[in-house]
Amino acid sequence: MAKHQLHPENWVDQHADYLFNYAVGRVSDAEIAKDLVQETFMAGLNSSKNFKGDAAERTWLVSILKRKVIDHYRKINSKKGKAEVRMSYSSDTDAEGDWLEQQVADPFSKDGDNVMENEELGMAIQDCMSKLPEKQALVFKMKTIQDMSTEDVCNELGINPSNLWVMIHRARTALMGCLNENWF
Amino acid sequence: MKITCEEASGICDKSQYKEAGWWEIFKLRLHLLYCKTCKKYSKKNTELSSLCDRAGLTVLTKEEKEKMKKDLEKNL
Repeated sequence: MAKHQLHPENWVDQHADYLFNYAVGRVSDAEIAKDLVQETFMAGLNSSKNFKGDAAERTWLVSILKRKVIDHYRKINSKKGKAEVRMSYSSDTDAEGDWLEQQVADPFSKDGDNVMENEELGMAIQDCMSKLPEKQALVFKMKTIQDMSTEDVCNELGINPSNLWVMIHRARTALMGCLNENWF
Repeated sequence: MKITCEEASGICDKSQYKEAGWWEIFKLRLHLLYCKTCKKYSKKNTELSSLCDRAGLTVLTKEEKEKMKKDLEKNL
């Protein structure tokens, strides 16, 4: 198998959105996530000589980003001092007399699963979008994720509406096929 | 009143972005009554929209990406 190579000049176009979504899922703050992605690219550049070509470029960048996320939590945690969990009997006067046991997370709640599943779904969609031709992916993202009007997209990209809808149609058909096995 | 499958899928795509007119929607609905292929496409298309919604995707803006590129280039 051919060894993978790094192409830092394409990193932003090819991986920035993917890494950004990954980071947002973990730090829940767009600004911080953006900084982490930027730091990841810088760290990637600095340690590019350590890249052995065993993994795909994106996998390698994600592994750096993971470290950055951990570092981020270490940093904010040290600022605040040691993590501390306080639990009062009941802060809510309405719930007075309720048992402490009733305040813990509901073990049968599906919320956590949903969050995780949606994150996985997001990454799957990102993966599929990366397989689209660049311009199709761009149009699809602008319409679907950024919710831009057809007129604005056309103006920005210098295309006409029928071009736009053809690209949207192709992108959607390709995405349906790509997500098919796992998500439909 | 009758439309081709191509028109139908076009309207269906537009309606995913709430950009289809009521008359177009009506013609699409009519088409879907007898066209199984388009009915299937329409169902999957709607599912794709809800998947995209559910995933809560975000993207960096063009400006943010440009800035990132510049910062990166400085260090290349």
